[in-house]
Amino acid sequence: MEFKELLLIAFAAIVTENFIFSRFMGICPFLGVSEKPSTAAGMGFAVMFVMTLSSALTWLVYHLVLIPNELEYLQTIAFILIIASLVQIIEMFLKKFVPVLYRALGVYLPLITTNCAVLGSALINIQKNYSFIESVTFGLTAAIGFTVAILIFAGVRARLRFAEPPKAFRGIPILLLSAGLIAMAFSGFSGISL
Amino acid sequence: MTGILTAVLWFLLIGGVLGVALSFAAKYLSVKEDPRIEKISEALPGANCGGCGHAGCAALAEAIAKGEALPSACAVLDPDGVETISEIMGIKVEHAKKTVAHVMCSGTCSVARKKYTYEGVHDCVAADRLAGGDKLCPNGCMGLGTCVAHCKFDAIKIIDGCAVVDRSLCRSCGVCVTACPKGLISLIPYDSVYAVACTSAELGAVTRKSCDVGCIGCKICEKNCEFEAIKVEKGHAKINYELCTSCGKCAEVCPRKIIRNTHGKPEVKIEEKLEETI
Repeated sequence: MEFKELLLIAFAAIVTENFIFSRFMGICPFLGVSEKPSTAAGMGFAVMFVMTLSSALTWLVYHLVLIPNELEYLQTIAFILIIASLVQIIEMFLKKFVPVLYRALGVYLPLITTNCAVLGSALINIQKNYSFIESVTFGLTAAIGFTVAILIFAGVRARLRFAEPPKAFRGIPILLLSAGLIAMAFSGFSGISL
Repeated sequence: MTGILTAVLWFLLIGGVLGVALSFAAKYLSVKEDPRIEKISEALPGANCGGCGHAGCAALAEAIAKGEALPSACAVLDPDGVETISEIMGIKVEHAKKTVAHVMCSGTCSVARKKYTYEGVHDCVAADRLAGGDKLCPNGCMGLGTCVAHCKFDAIKIIDGCAVVDRSLCRSCGVCVTACPKGLISLIPYDSVYAVACTSAELGAVTRKSCDVGCIGCKICEKNCEFEAIKVEKGHAKINYELCTSCGKCAEVCPRKIIRNTHGKPEVKIEEKLEETI
């Protein structure tokens, strides 16, 4: 029973309600770090790590601190505080243990701090009234959905490099167009109602 | 009133806990970085051209700080920059000789004949795989601009189907040298005047058929050089810049006029010509 529900949450987060292709959250790193599949995967793992931990932490803070003190209206501020510190710690961690990934991610790692996907997942957890386990599952699988999306896009970009679009479409415009096309493909999944 | 108070207190607590966690992380996860790396990074050009063979300017700065590379490893750096970095490192200033990229082909569309019309991907590496490119000469510049795409300094242009280096913009990083699938680009001393603009490895008679200007290996330059600085090797003349005095004798006697004065006025560019006529 419990497991089936978790599976449903996971499927929805990865496919039908993919953060990038149907919620349109986290577009900045999606466009910025998708040049090479290797760095895209690195970014995906970083987001996965941040999102899972932040889902757990924000759930705990919301239910153990904010609700008993009737401070629910301050949830956004509290969540941003937690996510920002978490990203800082992860940045230090990567700098020490995986310097290559740290350099590859560059400015996009601190950008996770203000990544709406991470804050979004924390807020959706509260909105949908998920339990602790459900929240963590949602955070992890939504990040997996993000990673899948960014990897697909990195593959598309590798092909785009040899394409010769009209001059006006070169660079970012053709990227946005291709992202839109992939999003349309993903919208096909929305027919599966769960 | 109590609402505000509890909010402030609880957020102080949350902030405090996170702050303590961060300061612990800063202590235990800190990386001891050589302070010189940052200073050297600032002195480097920051173009990340990769000409030094390192992953980028930051990687070179690290290598210099560790003593694995010399400041002069960066070809793009001007003499002042080399001095600054040498000062930071406290080592003797060693200047590398200033060089410039030179395209060893003059096979423009009007002088070099083609064997087929290429309509594939606009990239020299791709064209090279299709029977060695569209030019009849197997060593000729295909003019599809892979070097232009690689140059971080906009120093190479394709003029009439052949790559030309702008000496004033070239920082001799050497990226084009490795980018050219034909290996047509080499770095020559910036001060030396004459350079052979051909790498034809064919016999003279074959070269004559494919190109109007290509080196035919006649050895007239070799015989006329007083300093033994020019030799015909593998079908074309080659200048040994350690011996060359830039006297210009070879260029004078060359029947094909393929030994060229690189310091001379650049040819009038097609775009400018067009503008003039308009």
